[in-house]
Amino acid sequence: MKYAFFPGCSLESTARSFDISTRAVCRTLGIALVDIPDWTCCGSTPAHATSDSLAVALPVLNLQKARSLGLPVMVACASCYARLRTANHRVSNDPEDLRRAGRITGRPYDGGVEVRHVLDVLVNHLGLDAIRAKVSRPLAGLQVACYYGCLLTRPPEVVAFDDAEHPTCMDELVAAAGAESLDWPFKTECCGASLSMTHSEVASRLSHKLLSMARTAGADCLAVACPLCQVNLDLRQADAAKAHGAFRPTPVLYITQLLGLALGISFKNLGLDALTVGAKNLFAKRDSGAVGFAGGKP
Amino acid sequence: MTNPIPWSGSGLLEEVRQRSGTEVSACFQCHKCSTGCPIGPEMDFLPSQIMRLVHLGAENEVLGSQAIWLCASCEACTTRCPMAIDIAGVMDALRIMAIDRQTVLPDAHGKQFHRSFLGSVRRHGRVYEMGMMATYKLRTFDLLSDVEKIPQMLAQGKLSLLPNRSGGIKGVREIFRRAEEEDRKP
Ligand code: SF4
Ligand code: SF4
Repeated sequence: MKYAFFPGCSLESTARSFDISTRAVCRTLGIALVDIPDWTCCGSTPAHATSDSLAVALPVLNLQKARSLGLPVMVACASCYARLRTANHRVSNDPEDLRRAGRITGRPYDGGVEVRHVLDVLVNHLGLDAIRAKVSRPLAGLQVACYYGCLLTRPPEVVAFDDAEHPTCMDELVAAAGAESLDWPFKTECCGASLSMTHSEVASRLSHKLLSMARTAGADCLAVACPLCQVNLDLRQADAAKAHGAFRPTPVLYITQLLGLALGISFKNLGLDALTVGAKNLFAKRDSGAVGFAGGKP
Repeated sequence: MTNPIPWSGSGLLEEVRQRSGTEVSACFQCHKCSTGCPIGPEMDFLPSQIMRLVHLGAENEVLGSQAIWLCASCEACTTRCPMAIDIAGVMDALRIMAIDRQTVLPDAHGKQFHRSFLGSVRRHGRVYEMGMMATYKLRTFDLLSDVEKIPQMLAQGKLSLLPNRSGGIKGVREIFRRAEEEDRKP
Protein backbone atom coordinates (compact mmCIF):
# COMPACT_ATOMS: atom_id res chain seq x y z
CA MET A 1 0.00 0.00 0.00
CA LYS A 2 1.59 3.23 -1.15
CA TYR A 3 0.47 6.89 -1.10
CA ALA A 4 1.84 10.24 -2.14
CA PHE A 5 1.86 12.25 1.10
CA PHE A 6 0.85 15.92 1.26
CA PRO A 7 1.99 17.13 4.71
CA GLY A 8 0.88 20.77 4.47
CA CYS A 9 2.31 23.78 6.32
CA SER A 10 0.86 23.06 9.78
CA LEU A 11 2.55 19.69 9.90
CA GLU A 12 5.90 21.47 9.64
CA SER A 13 5.12 23.78 12.56
CA THR A 14 2.27 23.78 15.07
CA ALA A 15 1.25 20.22 14.16
CA ARG A 16 4.67 18.58 13.98
CA SER A 17 3.48 15.82 16.26
CA PHE A 18 0.70 15.00 13.77
CA ASP A 19 3.40 14.61 11.12
CA ILE A 20 5.63 12.47 13.33
CA SER A 21 2.80 10.24 14.55
CA THR A 22 1.19 9.81 11.11
CA ARG A 23 4.49 8.68 9.63
CA ALA A 24 5.24 6.38 12.57
CA VAL A 25 1.80 4.73 12.42
CA CYS A 26 1.95 4.28 8.64
CA ARG A 27 5.42 2.75 8.88
CA THR A 28 4.24 0.27 11.52
CA LEU A 29 1.15 -0.64 9.51
CA GLY A 30 3.01 -1.08 6.24
CA ILE A 31 1.65 2.00 4.43
CA ALA A 32 4.47 3.51 2.37
CA LEU A 33 4.43 7.32 2.07
CA VAL A 34 6.28 9.30 -0.59
CA ASP A 35 6.26 13.06 0.04
CA ILE A 36 5.01 15.08 -2.91
CA PRO A 37 8.25 16.70 -4.15
CA ASP A 38 8.43 20.46 -3.55
CA TRP A 39 4.84 20.61 -2.32
CA THR A 40 3.53 24.09 -1.61
CA CYS A 41 0.76 25.58 0.55
CA CYS A 42 -2.84 24.61 -0.37
CA GLY A 43 -3.98 28.20 0.29
CA SER A 44 -6.21 27.19 3.20
CA THR A 45 -9.06 29.54 4.22
CA PRO A 46 -7.19 32.78 3.34
CA ALA A 47 -7.18 31.74 -0.34
CA HIS A 48 -10.82 30.75 -0.67
CA ALA A 49 -11.94 33.73 1.41
CA THR A 50 -10.18 36.27 -0.77
CA SER A 51 -9.45 34.88 -4.25
CA ASP A 52 -11.50 32.39 -6.20
CA SER A 53 -8.58 31.79 -8.57
CA LEU A 54 -5.99 31.05 -5.86
CA ALA A 55 -8.50 28.77 -4.14
CA VAL A 56 -8.45 26.42 -7.15
CA ALA A 57 -4.93 26.96 -8.47
CA LEU A 58 -2.85 26.43 -5.29
CA PRO A 59 -4.27 22.93 -4.61
CA VAL A 60 -4.19 22.01 -8.31
CA LEU A 61 -0.47 22.83 -8.47
CA ASN A 62 0.14 20.16 -5.82
CA LEU A 63 -2.20 17.63 -7.39
CA GLN A 64 -0.28 17.98 -10.65
CA LYS A 65 2.94 17.21 -8.78
CA ALA A 66 1.26 14.16 -7.24
CA ARG A 67 0.13 13.01 -10.67
CA SER A 68 3.74 12.74 -11.77
CA LEU A 69 4.28 10.22 -8.94
CA GLY A 70 1.39 8.13 -10.25
CA LEU A 71 0.03 7.55 -6.72
CA PRO A 72 -3.17 8.46 -4.87
CA VAL A 73 -2.68 11.25 -2.32
CA MET A 74 -2.98 10.91 1.45
CA VAL A 75 -3.47 14.05 3.59
CA ALA A 76 -3.41 14.38 7.38
CA CYS A 77 -4.50 18.01 7.90
CA ALA A 78 -8.30 18.27 7.67
CA SER A 79 -8.11 21.75 6.17
CA CYS A 80 -5.62 20.79 3.41
CA TYR A 81 -7.74 17.71 2.78
CA ALA A 82 -10.86 19.82 2.27
CA ARG A 83 -9.02 22.26 -0.02
CA LEU A 84 -7.54 19.53 -2.23
CA ARG A 85 -10.88 17.71 -2.44
CA THR A 86 -12.73 20.94 -3.20
CA ALA A 87 -10.31 21.77 -6.03
CA ASN A 88 -10.84 18.30 -7.52
CA HIS A 89 -14.60 18.71 -7.18
CA ARG A 90 -14.56 22.10 -8.86
CA VAL A 91 -12.42 21.22 -11.87
CA SER A 92 -14.39 18.00 -12.38
CA ASN A 93 -17.78 19.70 -12.24
CA ASP A 94 -17.29 23.20 -13.63
CA PRO A 95 -15.79 23.55 -17.12
CA GLU A 96 -14.83 27.17 -16.40
CA ASP A 97 -12.90 26.15 -13.28
CA LEU A 98 -11.19 23.43 -15.33
CA ARG A 99 -10.07 25.94 -17.95
CA ARG A 100 -9.05 28.52 -15.40
CA ALA A 101 -6.93 26.04 -13.41
CA GLY A 102 -5.17 25.13 -16.66
CA ARG A 103 -4.56 28.78 -17.56
CA ILE A 104 -3.12 29.67 -14.15
CA THR A 105 -0.92 26.62 -13.62
CA GLY A 106 0.07 26.41 -17.29
CA ARG A 107 -0.82 22.70 -17.46
CA PRO A 108 -4.12 20.89 -17.89
CA TYR A 109 -5.51 19.03 -14.89
CA ASP A 110 -8.77 17.10 -14.94
CA GLY A 111 -9.34 16.48 -11.22
CA GLY A 112 -8.43 12.80 -11.55
CA VAL A 113 -5.89 12.35 -8.72
CA GLU A 114 -7.56 10.57 -5.81
CA VAL A 115 -7.26 12.39 -2.45
CA ARG A 116 -7.88 10.55 0.83
CA HIS A 117 -7.62 11.51 4.46
CA VAL A 118 -5.46 9.38 6.75
CA LEU A 119 -8.61 8.27 8.65
CA ASP A 120 -10.18 7.12 5.40
CA VAL A 121 -7.03 5.23 4.42
CA LEU A 122 -6.75 3.52 7.81
CA VAL A 123 -10.40 2.53 8.20
CA ASN A 124 -11.56 1.98 4.61
CA HIS A 125 -8.43 0.98 2.72
CA LEU A 126 -6.23 -0.82 5.24
CA GLY A 127 -9.18 -1.95 7.36
CA LEU A 128 -9.78 -2.39 11.08
CA ASP A 129 -8.90 -6.10 11.11
CA ALA A 130 -5.38 -5.39 9.86
CA ILE A 131 -5.01 -2.72 12.54
CA ARG A 132 -6.36 -4.90 15.36
CA ALA A 133 -3.87 -7.59 14.39
CA LYS A 134 -1.01 -5.14 15.05
CA VAL A 135 -2.26 -3.70 18.36
CA SER A 136 0.24 -4.86 20.94
CA ARG A 137 -0.57 -2.56 23.89
CA PRO A 138 -4.33 -1.97 23.93
CA LEU A 139 -5.53 1.22 25.64
CA ALA A 140 -7.93 -0.67 27.88
CA GLY A 141 -9.96 1.51 30.22
CA LEU A 142 -9.28 4.81 28.47
CA GLN A 143 -12.42 6.80 27.66
CA VAL A 144 -12.02 8.91 24.54
CA ALA A 145 -14.28 11.60 23.06
CA CYS A 146 -13.67 11.61 19.30
CA TYR A 147 -13.87 15.12 17.91
CA TYR A 148 -14.14 15.42 14.13
CA GLY A 149 -14.68 19.17 13.77
CA CYS A 150 -15.90 20.74 10.56
CA LEU A 151 -13.93 19.84 7.52
CA LEU A 152 -13.44 16.08 7.70
CA THR A 153 -17.08 15.44 6.91
CA ARG A 154 -18.38 18.65 5.35
CA PRO A 155 -19.71 19.42 2.86
CA PRO A 156 -20.72 15.82 2.03
CA GLU A 157 -20.71 16.30 -1.77
CA VAL A 158 -17.00 17.08 -1.51
CA VAL A 159 -15.58 14.82 1.21
CA ALA A 160 -17.98 11.94 1.89
CA PHE A 161 -15.99 9.14 3.52
CA ASP A 162 -18.16 9.25 6.63
CA ASP A 163 -21.54 10.58 7.74
CA ALA A 164 -21.62 14.41 7.86
CA GLU A 165 -23.62 14.72 11.11
CA HIS A 166 -22.72 11.50 12.89
CA PRO A 167 -19.31 10.26 11.76
CA THR A 168 -17.92 7.07 13.30
CA CYS A 169 -14.58 6.20 11.64
CA MET A 170 -12.45 7.71 14.43
CA ASP A 171 -14.58 5.95 17.04
CA GLU A 172 -13.94 2.66 15.25
CA LEU A 173 -10.20 3.28 15.32
CA VAL A 174 -10.30 4.15 19.02
CA ALA A 175 -12.17 0.89 19.66
CA ALA A 176 -9.63 -1.03 17.56
CA ALA A 177 -6.92 0.49 19.78
CA GLY A 178 -8.66 -1.07 22.77
CA ALA A 179 -10.06 2.15 24.26
CA GLU A 180 -13.70 3.11 24.75
CA SER A 181 -15.13 5.78 22.46
CA LEU A 182 -17.83 7.88 24.09
CA ASP A 183 -21.17 8.94 22.76
CA TRP A 184 -21.22 12.72 23.04
CA PRO A 185 -23.06 15.49 21.19
CA PHE A 186 -20.41 17.89 19.84
CA LYS A 187 -18.47 15.60 17.49
CA THR A 188 -18.84 17.89 14.49
CA GLU A 189 -19.24 21.30 16.15
CA CYS A 190 -16.72 23.94 15.08
CA CYS A 191 -13.73 24.94 17.28
CA GLY A 192 -13.45 28.40 15.68
CA ALA A 193 -10.66 27.40 13.28
CA SER A 194 -8.54 30.39 12.22
CA LEU A 195 -10.68 32.79 14.30
CA SER A 196 -8.18 31.71 16.93
CA MET A 197 -5.80 34.23 15.34
CA THR A 198 -8.25 37.05 14.69
CA HIS A 199 -10.90 36.71 17.42
CA SER A 200 -9.37 34.52 20.09
CA GLU A 201 -12.31 35.19 22.44
CA VAL A 202 -14.59 33.30 20.04
CA ALA A 203 -12.18 30.36 19.90
CA SER A 204 -12.02 30.37 23.71
CA ARG A 205 -15.81 30.28 24.01
CA LEU A 206 -16.10 27.37 21.58
CA SER A 207 -13.18 25.46 23.13
CA HIS A 208 -14.76 25.83 26.54
CA LYS A 209 -18.09 24.51 25.29
CA LEU A 210 -16.47 21.49 23.63
CA LEU A 211 -14.08 20.60 26.42
CA SER A 212 -16.61 20.90 29.22
CA MET A 213 -19.08 18.75 27.31
CA ALA A 214 -16.39 16.12 26.71
CA ARG A 215 -15.63 16.17 30.44
CA THR A 216 -19.31 15.83 31.33
CA ALA A 217 -19.52 12.82 29.03
CA GLY A 218 -16.69 11.27 31.05
CA ALA A 219 -13.79 11.72 28.63
CA ASP A 220 -10.22 11.18 29.83
CA CYS A 221 -8.99 12.79 26.63
CA LEU A 222 -10.07 13.95 23.17
CA ALA A 223 -8.98 12.45 19.87
CA VAL A 224 -8.70 14.83 16.90
CA ALA A 225 -7.52 14.65 13.28
CA CYS A 226 -7.03 18.34 12.46
CA PRO A 227 -4.15 20.69 13.37
CA LEU A 228 -6.45 23.67 13.96
CA CYS A 229 -8.70 21.68 16.30
CA GLN A 230 -5.70 20.35 18.23
CA VAL A 231 -4.06 23.74 18.69
CA ASN A 232 -7.29 25.54 19.61
CA LEU A 233 -8.37 22.91 22.12
CA ASP A 234 -4.96 22.18 23.63
CA LEU A 235 -3.38 25.64 23.74
CA ARG A 236 -6.46 27.64 24.80
CA GLN A 237 -7.55 25.67 27.86
CA ALA A 238 -6.18 28.17 30.37
CA ASP A 239 -7.73 31.12 28.46
CA ALA A 240 -11.04 29.27 28.16
CA ALA A 241 -11.13 28.47 31.86
CA LYS A 242 -10.33 32.06 32.78
CA ALA A 243 -13.05 33.50 30.55
CA HIS A 244 -15.82 30.94 31.00
CA GLY A 245 -15.25 28.96 34.18
CA ALA A 246 -12.90 26.25 35.37
CA PHE A 247 -12.91 22.72 34.04
CA ARG A 248 -10.45 19.93 34.48
CA PRO A 249 -7.61 20.21 31.94
CA THR A 250 -8.05 17.55 29.27
CA PRO A 251 -5.34 16.20 26.96
CA VAL A 252 -6.13 16.57 23.26
CA LEU A 253 -4.32 13.93 21.21
CA TYR A 254 -4.10 13.28 17.51
CA ILE A 255 -5.82 10.01 16.65
CA THR A 256 -2.50 8.84 15.19
CA GLN A 257 -0.86 9.39 18.60
CA LEU A 258 -3.47 7.28 20.38
CA LEU A 259 -3.32 4.57 17.76
CA GLY A 260 0.48 4.68 17.78
CA LEU A 261 0.56 4.03 21.54
CA ALA A 262 -1.64 0.97 21.05
CA LEU A 263 0.72 -0.19 18.31
CA GLY A 264 3.56 -0.03 20.82
CA ILE A 265 5.28 3.10 19.50
CA SER A 266 7.02 5.19 22.17
CA PHE A 267 5.74 8.47 23.65
CA LYS A 268 8.61 10.39 22.11
CA ASN A 269 8.33 8.87 18.64
CA LEU A 270 4.71 10.02 18.55
CA GLY A 271 5.52 13.62 19.51
CA LEU A 272 3.53 13.23 22.74
CA ASP A 273 6.04 15.32 24.71
CA ALA A 274 4.85 18.44 22.84
CA LEU A 275 1.32 18.66 24.29
CA THR A 276 0.41 21.73 26.34
CA VAL A 277 -1.93 19.67 28.53
CA GLY A 278 0.28 16.62 28.98
CA ALA A 279 -0.91 13.04 28.59
CA LYS A 280 1.71 11.38 30.82
CA ASN A 281 -0.73 10.82 33.68
CA LEU A 282 -3.13 9.02 31.40
CA PHE A 283 -0.58 6.41 30.51
CA ALA A 284 1.55 6.36 33.65
CA LYS A 285 -0.10 3.26 35.03
CA ARG A 286 0.28 1.26 31.87
CA ASP A 287 3.86 2.41 31.36
CA SER A 288 4.81 1.34 34.87
CA GLY A 289 4.19 -2.20 33.66
CA ALA A 290 0.86 -2.83 35.37
CA VAL A 291 -1.49 -5.28 33.71
CA GLY A 292 -4.60 -3.51 32.46
CA PHE A 293 -5.04 0.21 32.57
CA ALA A 294 -7.38 2.73 34.12
CA GLY A 295 -7.55 6.19 32.62
CA GLY A 296 -7.40 9.27 34.86
CA LYS A 297 -11.13 9.62 35.54
CA PRO A 298 -12.46 13.05 36.42
CA MET B 1 -44.84 49.56 6.56
CA THR B 2 -41.77 51.03 4.93
CA ASN B 3 -38.68 49.05 4.28
CA PRO B 4 -35.85 50.52 6.38
CA ILE B 5 -33.30 49.30 3.85
CA PRO B 6 -33.24 51.28 0.59
CA TRP B 7 -34.09 48.97 -2.30
CA SER B 8 -31.38 48.89 -4.93
CA GLY B 9 -32.78 46.33 -7.33
CA SER B 10 -31.51 42.81 -7.92
CA GLY B 11 -27.96 43.61 -9.04
CA LEU B 12 -26.46 42.32 -5.80
CA LEU B 13 -28.45 39.09 -5.88
CA GLU B 14 -27.36 38.38 -9.45
CA GLU B 15 -23.70 39.14 -8.76
CA VAL B 16 -23.64 36.91 -5.66
CA ARG B 17 -25.34 34.14 -7.63
CA GLN B 18 -22.73 34.33 -10.35
CA ARG B 19 -19.72 34.53 -8.07
CA SER B 20 -20.82 31.80 -5.68
CA GLY B 21 -22.49 29.57 -8.26
CA THR B 22 -25.37 28.97 -5.86
CA GLU B 23 -29.05 29.93 -6.02
CA VAL B 24 -29.38 32.47 -3.19
CA SER B 25 -32.89 33.40 -4.32
CA ALA B 26 -34.10 29.92 -3.28
CA CYS B 27 -33.70 30.85 0.41
CA PHE B 28 -37.11 30.78 2.11
CA GLN B 29 -35.86 31.99 5.50
CA CYS B 30 -36.18 28.81 7.53
CA HIS B 31 -33.15 29.94 9.63
CA LYS B 32 -31.70 26.45 9.85
CA CYS B 33 -28.33 27.86 8.82
CA SER B 34 -28.40 30.41 11.63
CA THR B 35 -29.52 27.90 14.26
CA GLY B 36 -26.46 25.76 13.66
CA CYS B 37 -23.93 28.54 13.07
CA PRO B 38 -21.25 28.30 15.79
CA ILE B 39 -20.39 31.99 15.47
CA GLY B 40 -24.00 33.23 15.59
CA PRO B 41 -23.67 34.81 19.05
CA GLU B 42 -20.86 37.10 17.85
CA MET B 43 -22.32 38.02 14.43
CA ASP B 44 -24.07 41.31 13.68
CA PHE B 45 -26.22 39.56 11.05
CA LEU B 46 -26.95 35.83 11.14
CA PRO B 47 -26.35 33.81 7.95
CA SER B 48 -30.09 33.72 7.11
CA GLN B 49 -30.25 37.49 7.59
CA ILE B 50 -27.30 37.89 5.23
CA MET B 51 -29.25 35.87 2.63
CA ARG B 52 -32.29 38.12 3.10
CA LEU B 53 -30.19 41.28 2.84
CA VAL B 54 -28.76 39.95 -0.43
CA HIS B 55 -32.34 39.47 -1.69
CA LEU B 56 -33.09 43.05 -0.74
CA GLY B 57 -30.01 44.36 -2.52
CA ALA B 58 -28.69 45.87 0.72
CA GLU B 59 -25.13 46.01 -0.53
CA ASN B 60 -23.62 48.35 2.05
CA GLU B 61 -25.08 46.43 4.97
CA VAL B 62 -23.88 43.07 3.63
CA LEU B 63 -20.42 44.04 2.43
CA GLY B 64 -19.84 46.18 5.52
CA SER B 65 -20.99 43.50 7.95
CA GLN B 66 -18.78 41.84 10.55
CA ALA B 67 -20.53 38.55 9.90
CA ILE B 68 -18.76 37.88 6.61
CA TRP B 69 -15.36 38.13 8.34
CA LEU B 70 -16.43 36.25 11.46
CA CYS B 71 -17.69 33.26 9.47
CA ALA B 72 -15.29 30.38 10.20
CA SER B 73 -16.07 28.50 6.96
CA CYS B 74 -17.19 25.49 8.98
CA GLU B 75 -19.68 24.44 6.25
CA ALA B 76 -22.40 23.49 8.77
CA CYS B 77 -24.89 25.81 7.03
CA THR B 78 -24.04 24.53 3.54
CA THR B 79 -24.41 20.93 4.71
CA ARG B 80 -27.82 21.54 6.29
CA CYS B 81 -29.65 24.02 4.05
CA PRO B 82 -32.88 22.36 2.83
CA MET B 83 -32.63 24.36 -0.40
CA ALA B 84 -29.05 23.19 -1.04
CA ILE B 85 -27.72 26.74 -0.95
CA ASP B 86 -23.94 26.91 -0.47
CA ILE B 87 -24.07 29.57 2.23
CA ALA B 88 -20.38 29.21 3.11
CA GLY B 89 -19.66 29.80 -0.59
CA VAL B 90 -21.82 32.93 -0.48
CA MET B 91 -19.75 34.17 2.49
CA ASP B 92 -16.58 33.68 0.39
CA ALA B 93 -18.13 35.57 -2.53
CA LEU B 94 -19.13 38.44 -0.23
CA ARG B 95 -15.63 38.70 1.28
CA ILE B 96 -14.12 38.83 -2.18
CA MET B 97 -16.62 41.51 -3.23
CA ALA B 98 -15.92 43.55 -0.08
CA ILE B 99 -12.19 43.48 -0.87
CA ASP B 100 -12.79 44.35 -4.55
CA ARG B 101 -14.91 47.36 -3.65
CA GLN B 102 -12.60 48.36 -0.83
CA THR B 103 -15.52 48.52 1.52
CA VAL B 104 -14.52 50.04 4.84
CA LEU B 105 -14.81 47.21 7.29
CA PRO B 106 -15.94 47.62 10.88
CA ASP B 107 -13.29 45.11 11.88
CA ALA B 108 -10.49 44.32 9.48
CA HIS B 109 -8.79 41.54 11.46
CA GLY B 110 -10.05 38.74 9.23
CA LYS B 111 -8.91 40.46 6.09
CA GLN B 112 -5.50 41.33 7.56
CA PHE B 113 -4.98 37.75 8.69
CA HIS B 114 -5.76 36.42 5.21
CA ARG B 115 -3.38 38.97 3.65
CA SER B 116 -0.55 38.14 6.05
CA PHE B 117 -1.04 34.41 5.47
CA LEU B 118 -1.05 34.65 1.68
CA GLY B 119 1.89 37.06 1.75
CA SER B 120 3.87 34.38 3.56
CA VAL B 121 2.87 31.72 1.01
CA ARG B 122 3.88 34.02 -1.82
CA ARG B 123 7.31 34.65 -0.27
CA HIS B 124 8.15 31.13 0.88
CA GLY B 125 5.82 28.77 -0.98
CA ARG B 126 4.66 27.62 2.44
CA VAL B 127 3.37 29.42 5.50
CA TYR B 128 6.12 30.65 7.77
CA GLU B 129 4.08 31.03 10.93
CA MET B 130 6.40 33.31 12.95
CA GLY B 131 6.75 35.75 10.07
CA MET B 132 3.07 35.57 9.26
CA MET B 133 2.06 36.25 12.86
CA ALA B 134 4.47 39.17 13.13
CA THR B 135 3.09 40.77 9.96
CA TYR B 136 -0.47 40.22 11.10
CA LYS B 137 0.19 41.71 14.52
CA LEU B 138 1.83 44.78 13.03
CA ARG B 139 -1.05 45.28 10.60
CA THR B 140 -3.67 45.11 13.32
CA PHE B 141 -1.66 46.76 16.12
CA ASP B 142 -2.61 43.73 18.16
CA LEU B 143 0.92 43.22 19.46
CA LEU B 144 0.41 41.57 22.79
CA SER B 145 -2.25 38.90 22.45
CA ASP B 146 -0.94 35.35 22.80
CA VAL B 147 2.73 36.41 22.97
CA GLU B 148 3.03 34.49 26.24
CA LYS B 149 2.46 31.28 24.27
CA ILE B 150 5.39 31.82 21.92
CA PRO B 151 8.35 30.67 24.08
CA GLN B 152 6.63 27.40 24.90
CA MET B 153 5.74 26.79 21.25
CA LEU B 154 9.32 27.48 20.19
CA ALA B 155 10.58 25.03 22.81
CA GLN B 156 8.16 22.35 21.60
CA GLY B 157 9.33 22.84 18.02
CA LYS B 158 5.89 24.10 16.99
CA LEU B 159 7.29 27.41 15.78
CA SER B 160 10.56 28.02 14.03
CA LEU B 161 12.71 31.13 13.85
CA LEU B 162 13.52 30.50 10.20
CA PRO B 163 11.18 29.97 7.26
CA ASN B 164 10.96 26.54 5.67
CA ARG B 165 11.10 27.31 1.98
CA SER B 166 9.55 25.07 -0.60
CA GLY B 167 11.60 24.18 -3.67
CA GLY B 168 8.39 24.95 -5.56
CA ILE B 169 8.57 28.66 -4.78
CA LYS B 170 8.95 29.81 -8.39
CA GLY B 171 5.78 28.00 -9.44
CA VAL B 172 3.87 29.56 -6.55
CA ARG B 173 4.92 33.12 -7.40
CA GLU B 174 3.84 32.53 -10.98
CA ILE B 175 0.47 31.26 -9.75
CA PHE B 176 -0.10 34.33 -7.60
CA ARG B 177 0.66 36.56 -10.56
CA ARG B 178 -1.66 34.73 -12.95
CA ALA B 179 -4.41 34.35 -10.33
CA GLU B 180 -4.40 38.11 -9.87
CA GLU B 181 -4.86 38.55 -13.61
CA GLU B 182 -7.72 36.04 -13.59
CA ASP B 183 -9.43 37.72 -10.64
CA ARG B 184 -9.22 41.07 -12.43
CA LYS B 185 -11.07 39.72 -15.46
CA PRO B 186 -14.65 40.98 -15.57
S1 SF4 C 1 -30.96 27.16 5.74
FE1 SF4 C 1 -31.06 27.73 3.54
S2 SF4 C 1 -33.20 28.19 3.14
FE2 SF4 C 1 -32.97 28.14 5.37
S3 SF4 C 1 -32.60 30.31 5.92
FE3 SF4 C 1 -30.60 29.37 5.62
S4 SF4 C 1 -30.08 29.76 3.46
FE4 SF4 C 1 -32.28 30.12 3.71
S1 SF4 D 1 -19.78 28.42 7.39
FE1 SF4 D 1 -19.81 30.43 8.38
S2 SF4 D 1 -21.98 31.07 8.30
FE2 SF4 D 1 -21.94 28.87 7.86
S3 SF4 D 1 -22.34 27.92 9.87
FE3 SF4 D 1 -20.10 28.03 9.59
S4 SF4 D 1 -19.47 29.95 10.57
FE4 SF4 D 1 -21.72 30.05 10.26
